[in-house]
Amino acid sequence: MKILQSLRDQGRGQDLGAVLAHIPYAEFLGLQVSQQGQEVITVLPFAEHLIGNITLPALHGGAVGAMLEMTAVLQLIYDTECERLPKTIDVSIDYLRSARATTTYGRAIVTRRGRRVANVRVELWQESRDKPVAAGHGHFLLSPLEESAEQPT
Amino acid sequence: MPDKTMIEEANEHMLNIPHSRALGMEFVAQGVDECELLIRYSDHLVGDPDRGVIHGGAITALLDNAAGMVARPPEMPREQAAIATLDLRIDYMGPAKPGLDVHARAHCFKRTTNIAFVRAIAFVTSPDDPIATCTATFMLGTRTTPFIANQTEPT
Repeated sequence: MKILQSLRDQGRGQDLGAVLAHIPYAEFLGLQVSQQGQEVITVLPFAEHLIGNITLPALHGGAVGAMLEMTAVLQLIYDTECERLPKTIDVSIDYLRSARATTTYGRAIVTRRGRRVANVRVELWQESRDKPVAAGHGHFLLSPLEESAEQPT
Repeated sequence: MPDKTMIEEANEHMLNIPHSRALGMEFVAQGVDECELLIRYSDHLVGDPDRGVIHGGAITALLDNAAGMVARPPEMPREQAAIATLDLRIDYMGPAKPGLDVHARAHCFKRTTNIAFVRAIAFVTSPDDPIATCTATFMLGTRTTPFIANQTEPT
C-alpha cells in the first residue's frame, strides 16, 4: 500500500518515473522526469488542458505551481531515504515570465536537509535555462514512518 | 451576496479556461472584492495515493484562480483583464479529507495603481478550519495592455 516504501523495497526508490506513475495528479498534468546521472529534470510537455490564459496563450499559474511543487518533492525522494511522500509545509512561487504553450523543464536543489524538514529551491524554464519562467522555494516535512498521523498535508 | 447572472457569467468565464475546466472548478459566490470557488473531489486530483489526498498543486490552481479573479479591479472588463501573478505563497495546514470538495475564498484587501494584494484560504468543512492559506500579489495591466486606474496614489 505504501507506494514509495514498496518501490524502495524493490530497489527502485530512485526510479522517479515509477514514483510519478503512482501519482494520479502527475498523470493528469502529463508530468515526466528525465534522469541524467545525478541530475533530475522534470519535463511537462505542453497540453491544451494546462492553459490558464487562452489569449496569450499561457499555462495556468496553478499548473506551473503544481509542477514546481512536484519537482521539489521528486528531488527530495531522490536525495533522501524517505519512505513516504514528503509533505508540503509551504511553497512560495515567483512568476517571472508567462509560461508559453511549449514544454516546461524543472530542476530543484535541496538547500538544507534537516532531520524532519527540508528546504528546497526550484527553477522552471522553457526555451532557455537562463530565462526561467518561475522560481520558488518550499519547506517539506520528511516524516519518519511512525509519526505521520496528524501532520500537515 | 448571491447574484445569479454574475455567478453564471463567472462560471462561463471559468469554463473557458482549459485548466480550470479540467480541474472541474466551479464558481460559488461573489462579493465586493471577494469570491468563492470550489473543486469537487475526484480521483484524478489525488497526489498521495496512500491516503487519497488531493495534490497540493490542485489547491494551488484553485487558490491562484480565486485570487486572480478578485484581483481584477471592477472597472477592468473581464474580457480584457490583463493581470499577471507576481507571486503566490501557500501554507498547508492539513490534508484535504478524501472524498470532500475543496472550497477557496479570496479577498483583495488592497489595490494600488499597479498592484493588487490578495489573501485566500482553502477549506473542506469550515472556513474556520483552513487546509491552506495563501498570499498573492498581482500586477494590474501588462506591458502590452496597460491599466489606468482611477486612483491617484503612487506605487
